[in-house]
Amino acid sequence: MIIKQRSILPGFGPTLGYTIFYISLILLIPLAIMFLKTATLSWPRFLQTVTAPRVLASYRLSLTASFLGALLNGFFGMIVAWVLVRYRFPGKRLFDALVDLPFAMPTAVAGLALTSIYAGNGWIGRFLEPLGIKVAFTQLGVLVALTFIGFPFVVRTIQPVLQDLDKELEEAALSLGANHWQTYRKIIFPTLFPSWLTGFALAFARAIGEYGSVVFISGNMPLRTEITPLLIVTKLEQFDYAGATAIAVVMLILSFILLLFINLSQWWSRKRYSAA
Amino acid sequence: MKKVILGLLVLLLLSFALMNTLSIAASGNVVLLNVSYDPTRELYSDFNAAFAKYWHQKTAQTVTIQQSHGGSGTQARAVIDGLEADVVTLALAYDIDAIYENAGLIPKNWQSRLPYNSSPYTSTIVFLVRKGNPKEIKDWEDLAKPGTVVITPNPKTSGGARWNYLAAWGYMLKKAGGNQEKAKEFVSSIYRNVPVLDSGARGSTTTFVQRGIGDVLIAWENEAYLAVNELGKDKFEIITPSVSILAEPPVSIVDKVVDKHGTRAIAEAYLKYLYTPEGQQIAAKNYYRPRLKAVARKYANQFTKVKLFTIDEFGGWQKAQQKHFSDGGVFDQIFQVK
Amino acid sequence: MHWKPMMVRIFLISMGLTFIGLFLIIPLAAIFFQAFEKGVAVYWASIREPDTWAAVQLTVLTAAVVVPLNLVFGLAAAWAIAKFQFIGKHLLITLIDLPFAISPVISGLIYVLCFGLQGWLGPWLAAHNLKIVFAVPGIILATLLVTFPFIARELIPLMQAQGIEEEEAAVVLGAGGWQTFFRITLPNIKWALLYGIILCNSRAMGEFGAVSVVSGRIRGLTTTIPLQVEILYNEYKFSAAFAVASLLAILALVTLAINILVENKSRKDIQKSLG
Repeated sequence: MIIKQRSILPGFGPTLGYTIFYISLILLIPLAIMFLKTATLSWPRFLQTVTAPRVLASYRLSLTASFLGALLNGFFGMIVAWVLVRYRFPGKRLFDALVDLPFAMPTAVAGLALTSIYAGNGWIGRFLEPLGIKVAFTQLGVLVALTFIGFPFVVRTIQPVLQDLDKELEEAALSLGANHWQTYRKIIFPTLFPSWLTGFALAFARAIGEYGSVVFISGNMPLRTEITPLLIVTKLEQFDYAGATAIAVVMLILSFILLLFINLSQWWSRKRYSAA
Repeated sequence: MKKVILGLLVLLLLSFALMNTLSIAASGNVVLLNVSYDPTRELYSDFNAAFAKYWHQKTAQTVTIQQSHGGSGTQARAVIDGLEADVVTLALAYDIDAIYENAGLIPKNWQSRLPYNSSPYTSTIVFLVRKGNPKEIKDWEDLAKPGTVVITPNPKTSGGARWNYLAAWGYMLKKAGGNQEKAKEFVSSIYRNVPVLDSGARGSTTTFVQRGIGDVLIAWENEAYLAVNELGKDKFEIITPSVSILAEPPVSIVDKVVDKHGTRAIAEAYLKYLYTPEGQQIAAKNYYRPRLKAVARKYANQFTKVKLFTIDEFGGWQKAQQKHFSDGGVFDQIFQVK
Repeated sequence: MHWKPMMVRIFLISMGLTFIGLFLIIPLAAIFFQAFEKGVAVYWASIREPDTWAAVQLTVLTAAVVVPLNLVFGLAAAWAIAKFQFIGKHLLITLIDLPFAISPVISGLIYVLCFGLQGWLGPWLAAHNLKIVFAVPGIILATLLVTFPFIARELIPLMQAQGIEEEEAAVVLGAGGWQTFFRITLPNIKWALLYGIILCNSRAMGEFGAVSVVSGRIRGLTTTIPLQVEILYNEYKFSAAFAVASLLAILALVTLAINILVENKSRKDIQKSLG
């Protein structure tokens, strides 16, 4: 990494050095060792491990449930952020603070609590069961857990942008005869979109890797409700370290690409915004 | 800035070193670590107290026994990866074999070092049903009937679940006209009735008892008794099938670790104490079937008579594991056709 | 106001609050309900149980080591990223984000592969009688990995938005690097920093997945609060499990309360600086 432009501020070398040192020590070296461990598998064996039917089924579940969860969060997160920024109502500060709960609550506790609520004899489950809706121990349960843990991301990324959003622009649009929906679609949403995408992708990435809260509520049925992290654990239980790390590597590359995509798209949209 | 970073690094290393000495914290007395599986929590909390008393009387030494519980496979893996267990008391011989194969911490012949295949107590697989047995479940065949909801953990992650699976398989083999084909079909139809595969035996019990899911829970006999006693005598009943498997949870010292800690003598004494009348009595009180005839007779009323077969029916654990539970094995096939 | 925006407003508010209620408030209520199901006496007894108490101590110790280390890292990373231009910045930010997306299971596993007996450094560590995994250092390392983005991620956007003019002015006027940092930068970021510390702390105390892989679950020695919850739950002591879990829920609530205070305070600061 090279300095592109000279700055008179001190401390670039030490801070960047320390940052890279710390990341290497805690993250990169251990990850490299995991990659090396995977390399003990031959290429065909690796492919066979990461494309076994159960593993494929788990990608499908993990990806679709995470995607749907992130979409749900994207939709409701937008509404919640809007409500919290634009409207005034009693208890607003409390609700605002509650948004962070999934960050602060340990995942296993969240899993136990959600399972006990959504099981057939739980507070919510007992009303859903007569309607034929089963949540706990189905794919729907996985979706509930993944929605729970990803919720703060979208709200927290949109909120500051929404607060900064120029109200005059909206008012101008309204006075020029645009209706509320048009204003929203043409003015507000495009401005919010980059940060919405960040929130969405963070929620998505976080959900793919989630383990603690899901295993309690999912039921862990092969081919139906097994998530990918559970398969890593399953492989470990059979002392198949190389197999476990092979799946882990696939997941890791997936999350890395996702995150890189977010960071680049944010940079790109900011550049476009400042160029305009 | 450099000095600050250097200082922080030194601090980091120092704090790690300090914590190491803290965690070893060996004062005058002896510390043993027993790494065990989930259902033995109550057994070993009783047994450890008894052994500490016995050892103090014998040698005037104070012994503290630390316990670690978890899924049998998880625990074996922790020992393989360096959890310094002086003794392991796991759910099945396959997991202790793994400690020999993957880490060489114990000799290959570990199982012949103590009597009865190194299994001081045994158990078997029984059914837990709801009070009054509304579905009239009497034997293994009732579990395969359409409409019966069966709860059992995932054999891939739970040792107990493997005993459950093999017990059902063996029942069909032993039946008149039974063969491997029929056994596979039979076990498949049981698993078709399973809506939830928890990762461990205790998870399944919770699903059955707390969540109210299922008509029948396949469980260790000792777990079934414990669940009935802890969670409601008026809510559940234990049904013993006509034929079941003799589950032999084995024990072993971990040679490399006890030699390093200098605890071989006490670790061996600890395991041998399990075979004494006192140890057997504690096992029986915790609903494990004792090996000693005298103790077994005393607790005869507690355990229903049942025809038992052993793991040798499957050619030992290595073969059973390979055929049934490895990736692509029979258990995987059962779910793939579904 | 027209009736239409009014309807929209009521509709949106009720929709947002229903979502929060279903997904956040009911689970929280469920924890406290089950914790106190058998009465206050049982609640107290289960919290004061020695193994639980040991778990609380270990959790506090872990947080006490992890938070300062991540604090220094967060400040250094934010300074380098926000105040300077360099190639590979997006890669670096992505790496800092990575622990958000890594499965906790993997976070624990990579340390076992490094420091476990069969791992890379394992034999050497064993020969020198050093324990990392299945001991306190392993728990601390796994927690460090899971929580290091929180403070950095809180600071980077803010410091980027604030720019470098103030600091440059200070340096031009002859202030040293540390002086500039403590007099100019720190006051500007103190509330975001505090919020980052709080989030990092609550995550450090609540981490389950990664810690469970490296802990070894030795009773009263290497169990943290979340692991103790699992142990109690598996012993069919459901009330006790939820009682201990409620400790973490209370921590979460305290975190949120501090968050409200911090926001009030920073809002007042901004008003003061404006007016």
